[in-house]
Amino acid sequence: MQIKWAALAETAGVSLAVTLAVVAVFALGNLALSRREAAVEAGTGKGVPALVAAGVCFAACAAVVLYGISLIAAK
Amino acid sequence: MEIRRIGNSRATHGTPTPRPVNLPFTKASYGRPGQQRQSDHFDDCLGMEHITFLVAVVIITALAFDFTNGFHDTANAMATSIATGALKPKVAVAIAAVLNFAGAFLSVKVATTISGGIVNEKAGLQPSIIFAALVGAILWNLLTWLRGLPSSSSHALYGGLIGATVVGVGFGGVNFTTVVSKILIPAVASPIIAGLASWGATKLAYLITRGAPSTEKGFRRGQMFSSSLISLAHGTNDAQKTMGIITLTLISAGQLHKGDGPPTWVIVSAGLAIALGTYMGGWRIIRSMGSGLADIRPPQGFASETAAATVILTSSHMGYGLSTTQVCSGGIMGAGLGGPSGKLRWGMVRRMVSTWGLTLPAAAVVSGVAALVAEQGDWGVAVVGVALVLGAGSMWLISRRQPVHAGNVNDSDTATVDIPVTAGPTGQTTIAA
Repeated sequence: MQIKWAALAETAGVSLAVTLAVVAVFALGNLALSRREAAVEAGTGKGVPALVAAGVCFAACAAVVLYGISLIAAK
Repeated sequence: MEIRRIGNSRATHGTPTPRPVNLPFTKASYGRPGQQRQSDHFDDCLGMEHITFLVAVVIITALAFDFTNGFHDTANAMATSIATGALKPKVAVAIAAVLNFAGAFLSVKVATTISGGIVNEKAGLQPSIIFAALVGAILWNLLTWLRGLPSSSSHALYGGLIGATVVGVGFGGVNFTTVVSKILIPAVASPIIAGLASWGATKLAYLITRGAPSTEKGFRRGQMFSSSLISLAHGTNDAQKTMGIITLTLISAGQLHKGDGPPTWVIVSAGLAIALGTYMGGWRIIRSMGSGLADIRPPQGFASETAAATVILTSSHMGYGLSTTQVCSGGIMGAGLGGPSGKLRWGMVRRMVSTWGLTLPAAAVVSGVAALVAEQGDWGVAVVGVALVLGAGSMWLISRRQPVHAGNVNDSDTATVDIPVTAGPTGQTTIAA
């Protein structure tokens, strides 16, 4: 019986890395939004940099999701 | 439910014309005496009426399996979204249903094998074996639903195929090496990987957003996307399985050419069956997965769904067969352990894991018996059909005693939160009732 342990390990590794990356980036986006709200409420600014950062984070997540859908559709 | 493309031929939606030559799955090739086909007039064939009855039964049963597959697996995508309040129960199942239906059309590649090499299909799979396999899979799906336990619909189908093949063909008809490398190893590895990824992602999410107020709202929004992605992937993979079964049965009956893709009506009906099943919402399973394993907050729900979606898509891409159910449950377990309380209801974990282990052999035994009876001819098929209807009907009646629906699916939250949660099997067994 031949079991491709390398492919299995690769699948596991990629899954782990992508999950951690997506959730981390999404959490950073949330953090940025939260900072922006805090800044607006405190009147210390409009929180534009935080909003931009959040936008970048969510765009990155959206890109990963689109790639995922393309993987489903391409097969 | 398995997420692996089990075929790679391109769909062609042409109208098939019956052409009985070179059809390896036709009745004549089963080697039954007196039914050798000699003419192109297929309908003149002696066995035609029998085939037509059996084919009709197999198609209906395949759609019924598709339906149970749908409502059994709604929980995979939507359980934590419903539990965290990211989506209202009715809205969640509606989204899941639409995406499952859309998923059925997303991919133009179809299943050219039903089993992915688990049973030897070269000699052709007899419709009676497919029928018996479906019966075992449906009954196991319903039984586990009744008990509120998520179990793999694909494993049930594979178990059914193995059991029916052993009875109909013998042990030589099953490729046990493939069973180990394509089912057993991914079955053990995938929930662990999903759980590990989800655990790490949960820790990371809480670490990054610590001290920041009102981030739960954002994670709830994220859950809408992550659970939708799981629904879409589920529709693509599982609806195709039913399409494959119906298509191969039609080929075996001479209604389609070998290598043909599924006709449009097969795609639409398989998509509709899984979408309807999904919309029914297996509320018992949603309750077990959403609030029976752990108390899930939005960051945990997002982490577990992202982990599950990633593992499903990665494995699908790498050609591994794995169970969406087990991956999603593993993800929720990891998120429960990684969350602020770090608590998991181990009683429920134990029940789920033992159900996963039982799924394949249990479905195999039921299907083996069904195959034994169904092979006796039309009356045998009818007996198995009646047994299926009676079994399914009685389980539905039992479920009416303690109905779980959209209105009370989250109620066990309050019921179980009051009880001090200890790492023991006591006190939690009512969740899935």
